[in-house]
Amino acid sequence: MVRKIEDGPDVFFIDRHFIHEVTSPVAFLGLEQRGLTVMFPGKTFATADHNTPTINQHLPVQDPLSANQLKALETNSGKYGISHWGLGNPKNGIVHVVGPENGITQPGMTVVCGDSHTSTHGAFGAIAFGIGTSEVEMVLSSQCIMQPKPKKMRISVNGRLGKAVTPKDVVLYIISKLTAAGATGYFVEYAGDVFEQMSMEGRMTVCNMSIEMGARGGIIAPDETTFAYIKGKDKAPKGEAWDTALAYWKTLKTDDDASFDREYHFDASDIEPMITFGTNPGMGMGISNRIPVSEEAGSGKSSYEKSLDYMGFREEESMLGKKVDYVFIGSCTNGRIEDFRAFASIIKGRKKADHVTAWIVPGSHVVEQQIKEEGILDLLLDAGFQLRQPGCSACLAMNDDKIPAGKYAVSTSNRNFEGRQGPGARTMLASPLVAAAAAVTGVVTDPRELIAEEKV
Amino acid sequence: MAYDKFTVLKSTAVPMPIENVDTDQIIPARFLKATERKGFGDNLFRDWRYNNDNTPKKDFVLNNPLYTGKILVGGKNFGSGSSREHAAWAIYDYGFRCVVSSFFADIFKNNSINVGILPVQVSEIFLDKIFTAIEANPKNEIEINLPEQTITILSTGESESFDINGYKKNNLMNGYDDIDYLQAMKADIRSFAATSLY
Repeated sequence: MVRKIEDGPDVFFIDRHFIHEVTSPVAFLGLEQRGLTVMFPGKTFATADHNTPTINQHLPVQDPLSANQLKALETNSGKYGISHWGLGNPKNGIVHVVGPENGITQPGMTVVCGDSHTSTHGAFGAIAFGIGTSEVEMVLSSQCIMQPKPKKMRISVNGRLGKAVTPKDVVLYIISKLTAAGATGYFVEYAGDVFEQMSMEGRMTVCNMSIEMGARGGIIAPDETTFAYIKGKDKAPKGEAWDTALAYWKTLKTDDDASFDREYHFDASDIEPMITFGTNPGMGMGISNRIPVSEEAGSGKSSYEKSLDYMGFREEESMLGKKVDYVFIGSCTNGRIEDFRAFASIIKGRKKADHVTAWIVPGSHVVEQQIKEEGILDLLLDAGFQLRQPGCSACLAMNDDKIPAGKYAVSTSNRNFEGRQGPGARTMLASPLVAAAAAVTGVVTDPRELIAEEKV
Repeated sequence: MAYDKFTVLKSTAVPMPIENVDTDQIIPARFLKATERKGFGDNLFRDWRYNNDNTPKKDFVLNNPLYTGKILVGGKNFGSGSSREHAAWAIYDYGFRCVVSSFFADIFKNNSINVGILPVQVSEIFLDKIFTAIEANPKNEIEINLPEQTITILSTGESESFDINGYKKNNLMNGYDDIDYLQAMKADIRSFAATSLY
């Protein structure tokens, strides 16, 4: 913190700033109109992701507006000396995948980006959150932003996770319990054995979705898993600098007697593979349950009914066996190698259902390469799937990857808002395992059934 | 970008009693492709406002000539989801200067103030009273007094106070923004940066 303003926000110094093509052009324009420059260009990193096509990336981008934004990112980065990983660059990918993958995100940092899923980086014990374009302009011009201090919440999950229960299910479960606004105004720390035993990929999935319950950000204390992930990465400290950084990172723990404004405790064994049935991420349930009635859901009746109407679902229905038209695996939530390994574990030896269109989109070129090297690509091709090129893709459908109106998609992304994946599209959020089970059966299917079959 | 100063606003209001209005509804992602900040108001609530063939949806409140004004009144958890400041730009560009709700998402609230929109958080009970007053007569006016931090339903005289920190209030009343403030403290920022581990 650089300064505390009486009856006002605090001024925070930002250690790492990520920018992409959609929320940065107007900020750069603002700088120019005010005659300002970028104060610390070495602390900002640019990657193109929101608007990029996921096929034929070697060809010129067809949509002139998207092409214009990509060009603006390149020009602005070049002009101010900001590192830029544009389309075709081997380092390119989704901002919240490539940042950690290259060791840019480190424990104890403040990290911001003009994207609400910046909370992802909290998995490293960084203070990370999304900002608006005015704030992007602030960070570019002064490396600071002004925000009020959030309240503190701790969510502990202890015990053993059941079969086919992934980090995505853990976070969808938490959001379903707290609701889509349950953590608004709070910064959330995730604690307990479930997170301690989780991989970095899993922790990123959990922290990523903190914003879906309204939280400013989510954080997990850094530990040996964190340090092992960062060590040797391109931008990670090396040699003596590593030792110094590591010694500091090891001190970044919540005090045993720390107090929180709010605490929640959940039992891991209560969590099932999850799926959403409505139009906000809080409207989720265990896949074998029935859609709750509005009184149980704790939301206004008319908004709840509007939501179910949009989805074409009814109260007290089961989701199992519902027809699925599209399957999307990817995004900053579930676009990392572990997610594709999980997806592959279910499709192995099976075939894609004929009527399902599947978009399989790695989070970065590095992930794409891993998919090829680990033989996952061969499994996908054998099962009738194709692999696309990295980007945000159908998560927000800014590019051509749009789910048509009225169609049902099982998606590993983070938002099931009306029209999020294309006007009129109906999204069911789930884990890569649930997505894979839907892709091979063509209907909403409990992945535990497919895993059980193999053991017979 | 400069915005109009905000002191006292007396206006009719547009009611939208829907919970969890997310920023994808306020402005869908496919309209975020501009590299300049203009024209976003045309696409405010695009998919609720227009059919696929661009004809207006008659039952949507913005298409109902009975409801006009500079105040938008939304259900709880208004502005959730994406951090896109385009949502606030669209609301401002359409002509709203104030959004009233019983609960706002954090990023949206911040973005609103940064672009000159006042988010006024009221109690659930008062929110219901506002909806009732507008339903009774769409010409009933609401007064937002920023210096006094009060919101009043003029037809009934019912009033409630709202919170805003002194710094942001001063910004809105004078048309200042955070960038000006930060530019003025660059020496402090430089000294701080020199001590940073990263």
